[in-house]
Amino acid sequence: MGSSRGVKPADETGAMSSEPRRVEVTLETKIESMDLGEEVTRRVAVTAGFDEDERDKICMAVRECLINALQHGNRRDPCKPIGLSFTLHADHLVVQVRDQGAGFDLASVPNPLDDAHLLKTSGRGLFLARCFMDELQVGSGRNGGAVVTLVKRYSSNHREPSGAPTEKEKRQ
Amino acid sequence: MSVKITKRDVSGITVVDLSGRLTLGDASAQLRETLRDLLSQGQKKIVLNLGQVGYIDSSGLGELVSGFTTVKNQGGQLKLANLTQKVNDLLTITKLYTVFEVHNDEQTAVQSFS
Repeated sequence: MGSSRGVKPADETGAMSSEPRRVEVTLETKIESMDLGEEVTRRVAVTAGFDEDERDKICMAVRECLINALQHGNRRDPCKPIGLSFTLHADHLVVQVRDQGAGFDLASVPNPLDDAHLLKTSGRGLFLARCFMDELQVGSGRNGGAVVTLVKRYSSNHREPSGAPTEKEKRQ
Repeated sequence: MSVKITKRDVSGITVVDLSGRLTLGDASAQLRETLRDLLSQGQKKIVLNLGQVGYIDSSGLGELVSGFTTVKNQGGQLKLANLTQKVNDLLTITKLYTVFEVHNDEQTAVQSFS
């Protein structure tokens, strides 16, 4: 199992604070961590007020980044942890996945939609993550390794954790 | 177990029913083994019924592509049927819809072999 810290999904009243809130989890490099990371992501996405469709997309994007960290970053080395963090801002969610690998340049990742790559059995993960989120960036960690940053902005269907109506519902 | 796989014969075509999540790990390995067994038994006309598969990750997609290529290389055909909306969307986004022969239902898929 992984470990977590800083988990504080909402304040006592369930209202969103203007201060960004952060959730941080450290996962072991093993296949079971993919499901665990996805489950944590789903809980955070529920807390953040994303609707079901958006939650599914966020979970899939994070899962793909975790698989990338497991296979290509940490190369399945169980001694290397995978970092997963969430920062809830007033109008968007930032997710970061950190591995302990050599890092990579996003521009050098082949486009899986090219005819030459269509029949490849791998190489679609980051593409899917990019499709399902508003932003995807790749950087380097302070101690090396890749840091994949995902951003999802709240849509008009976004629901406050308190159950307050969405912007869309308010207009109706 | 994240996926359940069963096989049945329909008019000489092997229909493989999958239910659950086709993801990295056991699920993808199970599909690989199932297709390998079928090919070793000479069963090369295969329909994957994905009606009960609500989730496929990139590893699962890779396994489908691998299965498609393996079956094709051995002179067989692997077709997909009964896709859920999410899987349908995934194949569209990744352009894999242009790779696989996809049928709306099992009957149409089975009949397409004749």
